[in-house]
Amino acid sequence: MAQQSQVAAGMPPIARLRPSQGFLVWLGVAPFFVFALMFLILPTGYLLVGAFQDPNGNFTLANLGDLFQPSILSAYWVSIEVSAASAIGGALVGFFLAYAAVLGGLPGWIRPTLMTFSGVASNFAGIPLAFAFLATLGRVGLVTTLLIKFFDFNIYSTGFNLLSFWGLALTYLYFQIPLMVLILTPALDGLKREWREASAILGASTWQYWRYVALPVLWPSILGTTLLLFANAFGAIATAYGLTGSSLNIVTILLYAQIRGDVLHNENLGYALALGMILITGLSNAAYIWLSGRARRGLG
Amino acid sequence: MKQSKIGAWIALVVGALYFVVPLIGTFEFSLRMRRGAYSFDAYRVVLTDPRFQATFGYSTVLAFATIVVGVVLVVPTAYWIQLRLPRLRPIVEFITLLPLVIPAIVLVFGYLRIYGSSSLLPMTSNERATDVLLMFSYVTLALPYMYRAVDTGLRSIDVRTLTEAAESLGAGWATILFKVIFPNVRVAVLSGAFLTFAIVIGEFTMASLLDRPAFGPYLQLIGANRAYEPSALAIIAFIVTWACMGLLQVFGRGTKALAAPAPGRVK
Repeated sequence: MAQQSQVAAGMPPIARLRPSQGFLVWLGVAPFFVFALMFLILPTGYLLVGAFQDPNGNFTLANLGDLFQPSILSAYWVSIEVSAASAIGGALVGFFLAYAAVLGGLPGWIRPTLMTFSGVASNFAGIPLAFAFLATLGRVGLVTTLLIKFFDFNIYSTGFNLLSFWGLALTYLYFQIPLMVLILTPALDGLKREWREASAILGASTWQYWRYVALPVLWPSILGTTLLLFANAFGAIATAYGLTGSSLNIVTILLYAQIRGDVLHNENLGYALALGMILITGLSNAAYIWLSGRARRGLG
Repeated sequence: MKQSKIGAWIALVVGALYFVVPLIGTFEFSLRMRRGAYSFDAYRVVLTDPRFQATFGYSTVLAFATIVVGVVLVVPTAYWIQLRLPRLRPIVEFITLLPLVIPAIVLVFGYLRIYGSSSLLPMTSNERATDVLLMFSYVTLALPYMYRAVDTGLRSIDVRTLTEAAESLGAGWATILFKVIFPNVRVAVLSGAFLTFAIVIGEFTMASLLDRPAFGPYLQLIGANRAYEPSALAIIAFIVTWACMGLLQVFGRGTKALAAPAPGRVK
């Protein structure tokens, strides 16, 4: 197959024999670029430019400065905390699950089952996911009532509340863990059995094997995927909105309220809010792409 | 070795509990509508609700339109990039990843400003035009998945040889595209289509902010006002997601296009 296409590439292809079509060649990708311009570049660009303008269209940095008022800062901060908690939790649990399925010596049917289920669960998000957790861990949810009934233990008397920070983080794990499993499983496949055998022959303990062999190979994948999970949670809104309505002060819900009714009383400050979000998700995605490039090279 | 096996089982059991218990909890809750006995009343109420039928139907139609437009946009582009403009590949791939980087709520914010009622192209001024705008929003959301699926499909066939063979037999570009290329990437296109459907059917943010009567905003409305129906809807949504992913597995067997899904969209 590869040989065939090499041969094909070596021959003067018929399609290239008409050099006069330079303009027509570009026409082939024109619809895509028009689409990208209309629905990605221009809308985002409009917000980015607006973030640096006052209501009269003059250049200003005041909007960016205004982001540092306590209510907005706390919205960003809660978003960052929820995203970080769910990303780190999702990465840890996802890592152990992927590890168990790939290297844990479990029966063969476990892995494909886990992968299929992860595909479903990572796509089961948004409002239905909020409903599921309300029915399970809400005040009259199944787990809450069973714990009271059989153990006389009310999780709500411990200060737990599903409609709060930890409740949201716990709910986000439902799509974060499967995403980690899906991305990390191929990376774990890259750990060669011989490395483990070689280090065992050289007298390395399991801990030494992980510390000096496996983790140095895996860390770009683990860290990169954690950052991807972080961005994933940071841009999320529907789950939080379905769970808590507009009561939780996270940045996506603040932006939703701003779009709906200009709650900040400054259109341009709304654009700056969006700019801040793009910066945060953009940076973590860029780091993910950079790290996954490293991971690919590391695994050869 | 034995110890690590026990650890693996523990990890798996804990994971399975975390994922299965909410489903059981939701299902149990959805059966509680009739006092004192389990029943499917909540499902009956939901399924016979005209608003459920209307919004689910609306989102289904929108999902199909999204898939058609997405395929028509992505397949020729990916084909042309592979055949004639490989140097554009990094740019196009970067653009297709943008919807994962820019949160959906930010995108729709931009749409409302650019296509608002006082703009040059006021797509939110009447309902049909807003439907079109929402459809293009969904094409944008699905772009990363659709492009990756189709691109992987195209890489696994010999695009150049197929094109040259067709050209030497006198086929025009439309014939090449629709009778040669499309049938060869059918599986990849189907994979992208099922994923798109799963993304679009319950999407909340964009539909809500563009104020269209889609399934996502309906879910939110019921969630805010009813007790048992939301659980029934969650189970229905889970079954729909499961069906999409199941079909994707069935059709996508052998292609690894979609090994890593899903950041950032319907959530």
